[in-house]
Amino acid sequence: MAGAPGQLLRPRQAVEPGRGLRRDQLIRPAVIAVLLLFTLFGLPSLLSLYYIDTMTQVAIYSVVTLGLGVLVGRVGLFSLGQGAVLAIGAWSGARLLFATGQPFPLVLVEAGLVTMVIGMVIGLPALRLRGLYLALITLMLAGAITVVLASTNFPNGGGGFLGYNGSSVHIPPIRRPSIASGDPAYFRYCVVIAIVMFGLVFAHIRTRPGRAWAAIRQSEPAALAAGINTTFYKLWAFALASFVTGVAGAALAGADRYLYSIDFTTQDSITLMAVVLMGGAYSMWGAVVAAFLLEFLPALLNNWGVSADWLYILFGLGVLQVLTTAPAGLADQVPKDLRRLWRLARRLFSRPASRPAVPAGGDAE
Amino acid sequence: MIEVDGLTVRFGGVTSLDGMSLTFERGTCGLIGPNGAGKTTFFNVLSGFVRPAAGTVRAFGVDLLAMAHFRRARWGVRRTFQTEQAIEELSVFDNVAMVHSPLRGAARRADVLAAIGFAGLPEPWAPVRTLGTGQRRLVEVARAVAGRPRLVLLDEPAAGLPDAETAHLGDVISGIPEYTGALTILTDHDMSLVSACCETTAVLDFGKLIASGPTAAVLRDEHVTRAYLGTAEVL
Repeated sequence: MAGAPGQLLRPRQAVEPGRGLRRDQLIRPAVIAVLLLFTLFGLPSLLSLYYIDTMTQVAIYSVVTLGLGVLVGRVGLFSLGQGAVLAIGAWSGARLLFATGQPFPLVLVEAGLVTMVIGMVIGLPALRLRGLYLALITLMLAGAITVVLASTNFPNGGGGFLGYNGSSVHIPPIRRPSIASGDPAYFRYCVVIAIVMFGLVFAHIRTRPGRAWAAIRQSEPAALAAGINTTFYKLWAFALASFVTGVAGAALAGADRYLYSIDFTTQDSITLMAVVLMGGAYSMWGAVVAAFLLEFLPALLNNWGVSADWLYILFGLGVLQVLTTAPAGLADQVPKDLRRLWRLARRLFSRPASRPAVPAGGDAE
Repeated sequence: MIEVDGLTVRFGGVTSLDGMSLTFERGTCGLIGPNGAGKTTFFNVLSGFVRPAAGTVRAFGVDLLAMAHFRRARWGVRRTFQTEQAIEELSVFDNVAMVHSPLRGAARRADVLAAIGFAGLPEPWAPVRTLGTGQRRLVEVARAVAGRPRLVLLDEPAAGLPDAETAHLGDVISGIPEYTGALTILTDHDMSLVSACCETTAVLDFGKLIASGPTAAVLRDEHVTRAYLGTAEVL
């Protein structure tokens, strides 16, 4: 893992609340709004059913990678248990959807809250451990949860607390909200869930918890000396990450409609960490990139008839590249490279005017 | 007023503070001594990072040692660190705003901006990673004076700064008692900074108090010069 997360810089514009808006402060929300509108209304009609299902998974997993990004990128807590946390969210969501007739959004929140409590228990070692030791402990907890889920199985409409009926011939699918029973509609539904979760995390990062997390990540003594209750804020980070992951788990239950223990492996937690590091743990775009790496690339390869297992090699190389040359991941590196390319192109074409190239975006490189 | 009585700190076999008894009255007080004299240890005791083996510290009538470390900041203890600890990822404003404050809303925001202005930092919205060492030190000072502090501890704030920046820092530090009303304790090896800022100064050597009083008199004291320069102590 990155040995000293404090040294890894996350690019962030200086925001000037209360004063005149700068140009990029208007462009950014505009770009995001256009992208979201296109995703919600344009994209579903352009894609085949196969890719709509894939994009639903991308939307759901972007929330999972967002949660892990909070832990790794904001607080510097390397947790390898988030795959198991997702499984808990999916289990609770499925159980509630079978057992009750509650509205879907309520089930999402309840599954999030149940997962939050369990996730905070998983986070308890984080109050004492950091770095490699925390990673090992959380990985072991993830392994233990996988074993438990393998023996209890996922709910399939049976009775009792576990809701599993091993001898059932006709297994009912997990229900979806009535307004989003079809695949394109459920895709839109998941995008909206993701938007709400990103908004929730954004609100945290821009206010007091975000400041406290940044302080804890760089220097715990400085945080303590400023009166920040580091124990509380670390647990809060685990609570937030587990809540959004739990909500994503419940959404996943609705997307997959049938859940099986073999779909959730301990290895998932490690792959999650790899794509989060590659995508960029320090920005929210990084979470989206990570979700594409995790869900879209395998679907693309499958469609082309190539085994998705090749991706593990790519992910391995990607993590190596991130840790050695681009600590802030693709979300930081790609815009930087594009800006460099743009400057180069401009220099080539504006040569007759013999004007010195003005650095675009004020980038130091 | 801080009353320290019989404060003793041991790290294994090393006695870092050895029965230190001292009273800091008001204003800016200097605390000097050679490396390893126990200055930072004393600050660590006050901010709760080190638990003393014996002794008491009463701050304005409150038993400081009975408080958990993050509660001390809430009570009003502020400190800077020998190695500067401004948070790179945050803006100057966020760096100062992260400190605990009894104020809320607009009053809090105004207090943070006032502290930044007091430290003489021109751009509250600049990311700290774009600042140099001198300005980062000022960010720490601004953080220390925000949120109604009662006790400000400055641990070698001028270490590694060029003279011009030290002069500005000195002006800022001298203004802290008037700006906040907090008792300020300054440690530094730069004697011109200590003389400029502090009316009274105490001198530690090997964890023992060897002199205290008005700064000018203390700096002339022969025990003090001996501790610093190590003149003939052959017995």
